[in-house]
Amino acid sequence: MAGMLAGKAALITGGANGIGRATALLFAEEGARVAAADLNLEGAEETAAMIREAGGEAIALSVEVSDAGQVEAMVEATVEAFGRIDCAFNNAGIAPINVGNNAKRTHSWSEEGFDRMIEVNLKGVWLCMKSEITRMLETGGGAIVNTSSIAGLAGLPTSSGYVAAKHGVSGLTRTAGIEYATDNIRVNAVCPGFIATDMTREVMSRRGNELMALVPARRMGEAREIAEMVCWLCSDRSGFVTGATYNVDGGYMAS
Amino acid sequence: MAGMLDGKAALITGAGNGIGRATALLFAQEGARVAAADLNLEGAEETAAMIREAGGEAVALAVEVVEAEQVEAMLDAAVEAFGRIDCAFNNAGIGPANIDHYARRTHEWTEEGFDRMIAVDLKGVWLCMKGEIERMKADGGGGTIVNTSSVAGLLGLPGGCGYVAAKHAVSGLTRTAGIEYASDGIRVNAVCPGYITTDMTRMARARRGNELMNRVPARRMGEAQEIAEMVCWLCSDRSSYVTGATYNVDGGYVAS
Repeated sequence: MAGMLAGKAALITGGANGIGRATALLFAEEGARVAAADLNLEGAEETAAMIREAGGEAIALSVEVSDAGQVEAMVEATVEAFGRIDCAFNNAGIAPINVGNNAKRTHSWSEEGFDRMIEVNLKGVWLCMKSEITRMLETGGGAIVNTSSIAGLAGLPTSSGYVAAKHGVSGLTRTAGIEYATDNIRVNAVCPGFIATDMTREVMSRRGNELMALVPARRMGEAREIAEMVCWLCSDRSGFVTGATYNVDGGYMAS
Repeated sequence: MAGMLDGKAALITGAGNGIGRATALLFAQEGARVAAADLNLEGAEETAAMIREAGGEAVALAVEVVEAEQVEAMLDAAVEAFGRIDCAFNNAGIGPANIDHYARRTHEWTEEGFDRMIAVDLKGVWLCMKGEIERMKADGGGGTIVNTSSVAGLLGLPGGCGYVAAKHAVSGLTRTAGIEYASDGIRVNAVCPGYITTDMTRMARARRGNELMNRVPARRMGEAQEIAEMVCWLCSDRSSYVTGATYNVDGGYVAS
């Protein structure tokens, strides 16, 4: 049986580690050529090297997703490498700790931190979508998956800027899902729960037991378990799915 | 590459046609042995025959899902045939048209119609879940359950009163059981189809097809196979961190 993404060209942001890297590796395993983009070019290069060592095809790209010029250049470079973009996974993002607003309630967030959070986690996704959709309209279609979060579906204490940005991503996804449904472009989001990645390391060391009590499965998810959903959503098996925001969370949202 | 459900034993209700049949065929294609159950035994036999003709393994079972004893007998028969149940797709259901309540607003539903709808679409799912979970717990190997909810299990739908109530309840059952058995290795999820080309939607399509399609961003009906793909993924080990989820597959309907 052929891979789920055989013959497809994919672009993944945040491809240097965590969910982005796991998805890049799975995409390649399933037959896609992969452009791994990240602010951390070295990490993206590592991901691409891992894919090539396993016999796949990959390139690494550097990108700051909040910079429209850089996003355009990234999308151009992907099209130059592979001829088109069939699948885009807009996954680059940061956590409250990355903007100096760790463990702070809404009134304690700094304006600079709030602005930076929205710039990366919301505007960055929109800029990527904008460039990708423009190309996909020219080439006849594609599938886009954005990384939202359970924080894109529900409130999450001490994460206000993150929650606002991720809710924004859920909204962008639903809107674009509707807008391009007849252009053969599907737009969906994956909403991860607590996943074992760099982003959750600090909070888990501080509040691990408390947080796991909120997860019915009583464990963190693995990056690979998110990658599986992204892969399915990018494949032709999900042809009637668009505008969806699917939680992958060990039961968190149900409870 | 191996099939997504290689080696698994599956039970599917409402397998005599539509989404149930499409799922039975896909499951078999992906390597599962399939017990196809339906009130309409002839239809279930047909589904099983299609699987066997394609080289798969299947049995057909008769069941009225509102009868606890018949549900028990169905489950016993599935276990007898395949040794266990790894995947259960509780999909049997009826629409308002099946009980002569097509396009009736809430005050126009009869008590008999309401009761029948709740009996089949809600209690039937619960009875199946109950028996499946008991068996999955007893053999200690865990399992996956997928229920057929609906976009009507997530949103209101004019003219759908009893159907909407039952499907919302199925979403609720799914979330609750998803939580309850998360640490027993039993995952419980629901697929929420939008407008799919099946017998159930025939009358709606004939009477208000254009109007309905205007509400679907994709501007087309879904195919039963497109729901089957989601059920297959949810029943596979690829969705190991997904439980208590209610996933709409609807061409963008719920987003709009």
